[in-house]
Amino acid sequence: MNKILSISAYLAVKEVWRNRGRFLLVSLVIALITLLVLFIAALGEGLGNGNREYISKLDAELIVYQARSDYLIAASRLGRDRLAAVRRVEGVADAGMLGTASANLLLPGGSEFLKVAMLGVEPGRTGEPQVVEGQQLSTDLAKEVILDRNTVLRTGIALGDTLTIRITQGTQDEYFELQVVGITDGQQYSLQPSIFVPFYTWDRIRPKSEAEVNSSNPVANVILVKLQDPAQVDEVSQRLVTQVDNIDAATLKEAIQALPGYSAQQSTLNTQGGFTLFIGILVIGGFFQIQILQKVAQIGVLKAIGTANPIVAAASVIQIVVVTVIGVAVGALLAFLFSLTFPPTVPIVFNGTTSAIAIVALLLIGPLGGLVSIRYAVRIEPLKALGLSS
Amino acid sequence: MNTYALETKSVIKTYQSDSGPIQAVDDVSLQVSAGEFVALVGPSGSGKTTMLSILAALLQPSSGQILLDGQDLAGMSDKERVAMRREKIGFTFQANNLVPYLSAVENVELMLRLNNKLDKAGKLRARELLARLGLGERLHNLPGQMSGGQQQRVAIARALIHNPSLVLADEPTASLDTERAYQVVETFAGLIHEQKRAGIMVTHDLRMCEFVDRVLQMRDGKLVQIYSTRDEIMQLVTGGRH
Repeated sequence: MNKILSISAYLAVKEVWRNRGRFLLVSLVIALITLLVLFIAALGEGLGNGNREYISKLDAELIVYQARSDYLIAASRLGRDRLAAVRRVEGVADAGMLGTASANLLLPGGSEFLKVAMLGVEPGRTGEPQVVEGQQLSTDLAKEVILDRNTVLRTGIALGDTLTIRITQGTQDEYFELQVVGITDGQQYSLQPSIFVPFYTWDRIRPKSEAEVNSSNPVANVILVKLQDPAQVDEVSQRLVTQVDNIDAATLKEAIQALPGYSAQQSTLNTQGGFTLFIGILVIGGFFQIQILQKVAQIGVLKAIGTANPIVAAASVIQIVVVTVIGVAVGALLAFLFSLTFPPTVPIVFNGTTSAIAIVALLLIGPLGGLVSIRYAVRIEPLKALGLSS
Repeated sequence: MNTYALETKSVIKTYQSDSGPIQAVDDVSLQVSAGEFVALVGPSGSGKTTMLSILAALLQPSSGQILLDGQDLAGMSDKERVAMRREKIGFTFQANNLVPYLSAVENVELMLRLNNKLDKAGKLRARELLARLGLGERLHNLPGQMSGGQQQRVAIARALIHNPSLVLADEPTASLDTERAYQVVETFAGLIHEQKRAGIMVTHDLRMCEFVDRVLQMRDGKLVQIYSTRDEIMQLVTGGRH
């Protein structure tokens, strides 16, 4: 075995080195495929992350929706009476209201606005994100706001600043001022930079129709539920649906899948990634097949002088692996360098796990693509290859 | 007691064709001693290439025995025949002889590497052999940087370096001009005699028989004539008879 590996590695490396221009070209093609696959993966991760980030990081196990709202947060309406009923259900440790809305944030300079997701959360309850700087929201009615780091990067607003948001209520544009008390990190919602305000403040300043303007009954979109025992998610979910009128309950995973466009977006990007890998297999397979066809006589000589098939096969595999590893390494490095140049507005996230999966898949495409050529090399008859069969 | 390095007994090779079976090699028995250089000649289609392929353990005969150092190639498995080619047989071909991405010395050393015999002494021997063949200055040249004659000489060194019992050459002068062809075959013959190998050269160029000890002439798959004396051989060489 050692002998096979040593001779095949010797032959493979010598051939690659003595034909480095040709092999480098193939490595570069693999590098470009790697770059493309990693960017598609990062884009998928970035878009998915931007959509689900806040939900996926919730300190909750269940989300309660209005019945028949198809797990659409924006379509669900729940009053405070439901919150009280949810909190009474056995197994519920905590529950907090969540209201979602869009708002226009006045950028420093006073002439431009940035569209943000304005989320109403209950201070100290499930749903309020943990700050990494500053402090948590103080009361339900405080004129305070926590900004996501992404919002800070895109606006330049800092901790302690007072920000202005423009909201349309009825037919009027209203302006509200809030003081930035905390900065949180990684809490995007619905692909928008997010801000978090106390729930009652949110209810007061959120966009409202003419009919809602004078209503004093605060309405949330959903209720976030933290369980005493996260393992009992199914039981508590059933209990909630039976004990609280007119609601549906979903796990975070179900809620994420139901986010508008999320599944379609992810499956589209996954399909693109899959096709790119498939094209990679064809390109590499094609290259090595052409190369083997050009080397028939040479392999014939090797076999005629007593080179065993396992050595011929192992040399091909080593060559393919070397070329693929170099290509993937160069591609990954290029992807990393490019990623440094993207502004935070571009939803590209190089997640370790996703990138690792993509890199492993890319490392496999070489040997997979080269399988046919390896089989062909093993089956070359020295007699025919040398023109001795007449 | 068998004193021959190579001995074939009633070797037959039959191919099936649309018009019926074809006897490419028909009952050929021959013997070659160690240190003897033999030419296998004959017109195109006489069966000499098929015979060479059988002797090289590249092709199984339909029947008969091929005894190399007393071991019968005909009864061997594919794996055993690969091992025989690696250990006991040296080979030069018409063209495409060398591995193109290995230098002259690496091509020669490859045989030692395949046989797990590449030590310091082996490396030195490879260099000495190439130097004797006039390639001392070309050790690190790739085949593409050498002439056809130089490549053939590297192939000869490769065929001899691992001390095989049998050395086979298939039309070694086919791609060379006359002067270089003479040089190559003369060197080849000298090394075979000196190193006491059994050598067989297939050639269509009868002038090259000047350097061999015996000429075996084939026609229609049969061994039809053997030229053993120097006079007979020289008459064949100068007369150009087939």
